[in-house]
Amino acid sequence: MAQARAADDGGAGVSAPATSQNGVGAPSPSRLAALRPRSHRRRKAVDAAIRGFSWVAACAGIAIMVLIVWEVIRRGIGAIDWGFFTELPPVVGEEGGGLGNAILGTIVITAVAALIALPMGFFGGVWLAEFGRNGRVATAVRMVANVNMGIPSIVVGVFIFAALVRPLQHYSGFAGSLALAFIMLPVMARTTEDILNLVPNELRESGLAMGVPRWRVTLGVVIRAARSGLITGAVLATVRVAGETAPLLFTALSSPYWLDGLFGPEGFFGGPTANLTKTVYDFSGMPYERMQELAWGGALVVIAAVLGLNVLMRLIFQRGKEW
Amino acid sequence: MSTLDIDVSPQATPPRGAAKAAPRGHRRLGDPVFRVVALVCGLSVAIAMFTLAGVLIYNSWTAISELGLTLLTTVAWSPSSGSYGALAALAGTAITTVIAMVIAVPLALVIALLLTELVPPRAARVLGTGIEMLAAIPSIIFGMWGLFVLVPFMQEKVAPLVTESWLGRLPLLAPGPTFQGGGFSMLTAGLVLAVMILPFITAFSRDVLLMVPRVTKEAGYGMGSTTWEVLRKISLRYGLSGIVGATFIGLGRALGETMAVAYLAGGAFLEVPRSVFDPGTTVASLIALTFNEARTELDVSALIAMGLVLFAITMVFQVLAQIWLKRARRTTGGRA
Repeated sequence: MAQARAADDGGAGVSAPATSQNGVGAPSPSRLAALRPRSHRRRKAVDAAIRGFSWVAACAGIAIMVLIVWEVIRRGIGAIDWGFFTELPPVVGEEGGGLGNAILGTIVITAVAALIALPMGFFGGVWLAEFGRNGRVATAVRMVANVNMGIPSIVVGVFIFAALVRPLQHYSGFAGSLALAFIMLPVMARTTEDILNLVPNELRESGLAMGVPRWRVTLGVVIRAARSGLITGAVLATVRVAGETAPLLFTALSSPYWLDGLFGPEGFFGGPTANLTKTVYDFSGMPYERMQELAWGGALVVIAAVLGLNVLMRLIFQRGKEW
Repeated sequence: MSTLDIDVSPQATPPRGAAKAAPRGHRRLGDPVFRVVALVCGLSVAIAMFTLAGVLIYNSWTAISELGLTLLTTVAWSPSSGSYGALAALAGTAITTVIAMVIAVPLALVIALLLTELVPPRAARVLGTGIEMLAAIPSIIFGMWGLFVLVPFMQEKVAPLVTESWLGRLPLLAPGPTFQGGGFSMLTAGLVLAVMILPFITAFSRDVLLMVPRVTKEAGYGMGSTTWEVLRKISLRYGLSGIVGATFIGLGRALGETMAVAYLAGGAFLEVPRSVFDPGTTVASLIALTFNEARTELDVSALIAMGLVLFAITMVFQVLAQIWLKRARRTTGGRA
């Protein structure tokens, strides 16, 4: 028993270069302690406990997700009717109304963000995968992109506020779009790069060997081969920001009116623009039953769209590792 | 690769999928243009971050020059009485993050173990997707759920149970001067944060455990080791740097999470919480909750400085995470 354990430990030491100092020299006191025989039954019991714990942990994680979704459905389903999608929110304290303006606003803000960030992120990813590769600049850009994905979304909101809202002296839906685009850009770039790296080099080489210019090989052959992964990545990146609230707090703000035109006080560029997440946030804190009901309805729409599209993309393309 | 970038005879046929060969002149122009467009987009990712840092510094300069380090050393945030201090918020950020990490890291590790070692791939896929779906739920939903479900639960069940028993006399559990029943508290916020970062740490840990060579693990099993022993003594040692990286990714997320904490932490900006049942705030939720009340130039500038502080803190952990993950990739030759 004791010998088996010693060999086991030695094996681990050799296989892990980072801890190889454990594998050489005189045995330390702790290593001698590890040589003490331990009861077979106890080792098995510990193992069984950990196995059991891992099942409990996984089930707890999934149970919490189901609980949250169930709670949102239970409280939100009552608010969903035709008027919910077509009407303005009621005056505080009144009945009826809906979140039509907020739903429209979220769609517009997210779509504009996608229009800005997806092409840029896509070409950025193409550059990383096809041109930059392992060069010094590309390594640095990749690092910055990875770090960028970890910037808190509230910081992005503050940034766009300081860069755009403050100088122009007014909130706007476009500012919200820019904040969301900022968040999407590194996600799309890194996703594109990862997916293009999966395309075998032979495809590129055969294209180039036939005399096709590089840009045509990339756009016509490489991208075509990676199409489904790219679509999944783009949709998931868009869906992810559609549920964001923090970047919109000081950029798009919120509005009780319909989005109207471009540059007017209710326009996309000209003034605060209603959006689903901020409206849900505001209404959920109001002490009026109808407002809270609308907030839960809005939450249900958000969660249905986000989870629905996630599941849909998975079912269509069967890519298990996308976020 | 660039040696393949040669000009060829016009009779070459393009492969299926590529459009017909363009006239020579266009082709010469196509490549450089494409390259430059791609380069500009690639660099824009990096430029975006430096712009963000620059704009935050520029806009918070009023506060930094006027208040200096007192921004970080003053406890209370109360602009109406001229007190601009982040210490309470920084403490709250640290407390909620520690609670979230203590809960989420062990859970994530054993879930990753389950997904990689204990269940067949098909079942792992289903379970894994379930956990990943947690990551897809927007933070505002976590916040609302916490507000309407978890806060009453903590206030009515958990907090009285703990604070009124002998546990309630222990430090960190004994209610402090700002105690409000324990519903809106550091613990409630920390619990929800734990659930929110769980899928991220799980995913990165799973990838790290998958990078451990099968032979190495089988050698352990061959010696009669149990699953737990192989994980602890082989996989975790082998993938240690990757696990550290995964932990930092989760840490960075917990630090910057805004909406859920804004709902649940209680929004107490004046004092450092003494216990996990006390209300408090974090830097991120402080910004979210007080931004629209900022009146003067200095108020706004100080809040932007808070954004800069948060940016700097998360940067440190994200960079550490990337360094550790990169190290893991180098030792194993895989991609984490």
